[in-house]
Order: sequence, then C-alpha cells, then structure tokens
Amino acid sequence: MIRVDGNGAAGSLIQVRGLDKTYRRGNEDIDVLQGLNLDVDRGDFVAFMGPSGSGKTTLLNLMGGLDVPTRGTISVAGDEITHMSGGKLTDWRARHVGFIFQMYNLIPVLTAFQNVELPLLLTKLSKAERRKHVEVALSIVGLGERMDHYPRQLSGGQEQRVAIARAIVADPTFLLCDEPTGDLDRKSADGVMELIKRLVNEHGKTVLMVTHDPVVALQANTTLHLDKGVLVEAGVRQGVAAGGA
Amino acid sequence: MKFSRLIFANLFRKKIRLVLTIGSFAVALFLFALLGVVNDAFSRGADVVSANRLVTINRTSIINTIPLSYRDEILRIPGVKYVTHNNWFGGVYQDPKNFFPQFVIDPENQRQVFSELIVPDDQWDTFLKDRQGAIVGAATMKRFGWKIGDRIPITTTIYGLAGKPFEFNIDGVYHGEKPEDDETQFWFQWEYFKESVSDAVKGQVGWYVIRIANPDDAPRIAKTIDNMYLNSPSETKTETESAFQQGWVKQFGNIKLLIMSIGTVVFFTLLLVTGNTMAISVRERTGELGVLKAIGFPNRAILGFILGESMVIALAGCIGLLLALIAIPLLGRALAGLLPPLFVTPKTMVYGVIAALMVGFASGILPAYGAMRLNVVNALRRV
Repeated sequence: MIRVDGNGAAGSLIQVRGLDKTYRRGNEDIDVLQGLNLDVDRGDFVAFMGPSGSGKTTLLNLMGGLDVPTRGTISVAGDEITHMSGGKLTDWRARHVGFIFQMYNLIPVLTAFQNVELPLLLTKLSKAERRKHVEVALSIVGLGERMDHYPRQLSGGQEQRVAIARAIVADPTFLLCDEPTGDLDRKSADGVMELIKRLVNEHGKTVLMVTHDPVVALQANTTLHLDKGVLVEAGVRQGVAAGGA
Repeated sequence: MKFSRLIFANLFRKKIRLVLTIGSFAVALFLFALLGVVNDAFSRGADVVSANRLVTINRTSIINTIPLSYRDEILRIPGVKYVTHNNWFGGVYQDPKNFFPQFVIDPENQRQVFSELIVPDDQWDTFLKDRQGAIVGAATMKRFGWKIGDRIPITTTIYGLAGKPFEFNIDGVYHGEKPEDDETQFWFQWEYFKESVSDAVKGQVGWYVIRIANPDDAPRIAKTIDNMYLNSPSETKTETESAFQQGWVKQFGNIKLLIMSIGTVVFFTLLLVTGNTMAISVRERTGELGVLKAIGFPNRAILGFILGESMVIALAGCIGLLLALIAIPLLGRALAGLLPPLFVTPKTMVYGVIAALMVGFASGILPAYGAMRLNVVNALRRV
C-alpha cells in the first residue's frame, strides 16, 4: 500500500519522512522537494509523474542513495540511508538498488553478458555462479540468445532489456526506473513495460518509476504526482492516504 | 582479476589512441635504454677497472710518450707488483672504417696486469715465441671472421710507418671475465714494433699500467712515481685506472648530465602526453563511470580501473625496451671499435620498467582521482 501522509505501517519497505531537497543556484535557494512523505510496501509498483523540474528524478536519486537530502530521512528495509557515509551508501546501493535509466547506460565496450555481470563483480560469487545468474537474468528479459552481442548490435528496446537484466541480476530490494521508455518507440516501450510488470507480478519486485508518459504510468499499480516539490496521489494533495483511503 | 576484463575493454575502445600512446611509451623507453647504454659505455671504464691498477702517462698529454727506462725504476717502488707498457698503434685493416684498437704490449707482464682478460696458456705460449704474433679480443675475431692461424696485414699512418704493412699471425684469442670487459683489442709484441720504428721511438712507450699489491697504497705509489720524474724532460702523471678512465670520458663533455637532461625531458613530455590522454579518456566516459558508481562500484575500484589502464599502457610500452635489446647490439656491431661495447644491462631494463611504471602511475593518478571524486548525479547527467 502506498501512503503519502507519513502514517504508513512500520513494516513498509521504503519510508520517506519530511524529505526536503534544496539546491543553491547562485544566491538563490531552489526548493525541489518540500517535506515529502512516502511509504512503499514490498511488491508495489509506483509511477511518479509531474512536469519537468517537479523533482521526480531528484526523489528517485534520493531514494536510490545517489544524493543526500537537505532534511528528512529515508529508510529502506529498516536501514536509514540518509546518514550513511559515502562508502557505506555505495555498498548499500550494490545490495539493494537496481537502476534502469532512460538512455540504458550500458557500457559500449562490454557485451550484453558482461554488462549484466557488472553488479555481480562486486559480490563473492564464483565465475560459474556469476554466469548462471547472468544467464537467468538475460533469459527473464528474453535475450538469452543475445548475450554475446555488444550494445551497438542491439535495438533500443533490446538495450533497455539488457539494462533491466543488469538491474535485477543481483536480486536487489527494489528497482528505480528513470523514464525507462523515454527513448523508445511505442512498441518497444510496451515490451519493456510488460517486462517490468512481469518483474512485479511474477517475481515480486518493488518498482518505483519516473515517467512523463501517462500511458506508461497507467501500467503501475499506483501513480503519484509531484508538483512543486509536493507529492499528490490521483489529484489529491499530500496528506490523504492512497490506495483505498 | 575479475576486473581486468573491464580495464582491457576500456583500453581497446580507441585502438588508434591506444597504439599511439603505447608507441609514445615504447619510443621513450627505447631512447631510455639507448641513453642508458651509451652512459654505461662511457662510464664502464670506471666500473670495470681494477682497484689495484695505476696508469702513468706523460704529464703533458697522453699522446706524448715516456721513456721505456722508467719501467724498471717503477718496478722497484715498494708495493708495485707488475708493470706493463702499451703504445697506441693506430693501424688500419683493409679500410679505415674497420676501426679497432691495436696496442703494442709488453708480453712479459700484460697478462699479469690485465688478469681479467683471459688467454689460454697454450695460445699465450705460442704468442710469446712468435715475433709477429698477435692476441685478439673475441669481439674483433668475430667481427672480421678471423681464426687462429690467420695472417692479418695492418698498416699505420703514425711512427713514420705510413705505407708499410705489418703482417701479424693470430696466435690467440682473449675473453673478458665479465660481459662488460672490452673484447675488441688487438695486442702485438713490443719487439716486432721496435724493430720497425726509428731510434727516437724505440725507447719510448705510450703509457704504463701498474699493478699494485694493495689498493690503499695507490696514492703513495702514484705520488712516488710522479715525484721521481719531476723536472725531468718527461714528467709523469700517475692516477688510478678509475680516475684515468673518468678523465678520458670527460674529454667528451659531461655525458651523464647530457643524457640525464635528455632523458628527463623525454619522460616529462611522455608524462604530459599520457596524462592528457588519460584525462581525455576519463572525460569521454564520465557517464559510464557514473553508472558504475551508481550500481555500487566503490571509489577505490574506479581509481583502480583508471590507474590500471595507465599502468597497462606503461607496461605495454616496455616493448621499447625489448626492441632496444634487439637493436642496440646491432648498433654496437655497426659502431664496433668507435665506442666501447654496447649492450643493455639488466639494470637498465629494470630501471626502464620502473621508470615506465612511475610515469604510468603519475599520468594516471590525477585523472583517476578525478574519476573517483565524480559526483554520481552529475556524472549521470552527462550520459
């Protein structure tokens, strides 16, 4: 269940409390997020929508441990990440977060197999174990036959599937998707969204997704809107419980 | 090891740039080896000299001779074991470009003084009995394809002997104890030389080489010799063989400083070129480094990747040292006799590898540190 009122259950997978993020540009402070609360349960699929500059990607970066808030806390599976040191946060990301980016962000000099294997290089798995994990991840995204292809030899949709395989290969706690279909045609985008839904429905993954595309957002279980740094759900201002409230 | 694939994959993303960068290292290291070899060649005299040898020359200059009569007087000085005398012959074999040093020697004492240049006893015995005999260094034998028993004509333009060929029988070959020992010399008998030159030359030698019992006595014996002939028509200058060799090298200028200056400039330029290449390489993949950091690669891994790349380039550049191993002996052969023997020593190779790794580290560390300090969010925006 998604809540944006700060009254979520103690067992929520992700708990965001009083989150502020302020950027300084010249002499001006820009408040990107203001007192934001959010509770996401395991297995939820949440889409964040909103106009450019509304703070969607900033929120994603904060929840993914890529950035630190000005105020407030973020807890994931009981770990409070907002006060972790840089090194600990990096280690935490490796274990808990799978990133899917708009531009796929594959390493062009590595094959699909090698790209997917990257997160596993940080584990203590043997070479054979890594191979097994990579093969499973690539088969889930339907690219088991393309593991020796380089990104330049794949279509945009296939590249994004490889990126998804990379995101899930280490079995992270949740997936963060930043405009995962933003660079794809409709058909490829539909394929990618089908895949993400399968990860949620069949594999129990928790997915938080930023998108501009209402059609894509409709695929999520819940859509939250960010407007001027404040979260609203289905047109209701923050403070109203989502999901049956 | 599991990260090595990432390092090599990144290295090969711009193949031409990789080849050119490795090429820069290779050329610099080849030059390093060449300069090292030349420096060794010029300073080797000081390295291979015996601590218990002195050299006495005419105080005016080495091209002025000194009387043969000094030999017995020097021999009587306490602490002196053997004295041999040499003359520069300056001969030509077939063509002036076939240069190699020929010395008129004192056959009774040469072997005792230069004990590190080894001649088999039977060959030496043959030489002693043969007025026209010659003992030749192994390198010169090999260079001209000579064999023991060959008869060799050599002409000289000095001592008033121009146009008169000297005929020599090769009776033996000497080998140095160490690789750096000079194996290019040609020795022949004082008696054979003496019978052909004018009376004025007969009683004169080029220089004396003196073997002493105790190196600690060198200053005393040198002073004694020079004092003996003070105010005589042929005053002497006696010094240790090491000082003599160093003085010889100084005639060419400060070779070591020159070589070090060139080497420093070459490596500093290499550092700038490689550092710039690494900086460009990092800047080009800022977004990718951001992705690696986002998915959990720690800062030290990012630092290691970039430094690993620059170190691999540096090590690959050591191919320049291998090329030097092949090319320098060929060059040495082409310059045989003009310079002391040229060969790449293990020390030069080790220093070359160390220099390469140091430049590799220095050129990679700043870009690597910059990559390590990248802000993930900013880096991801550059994709």
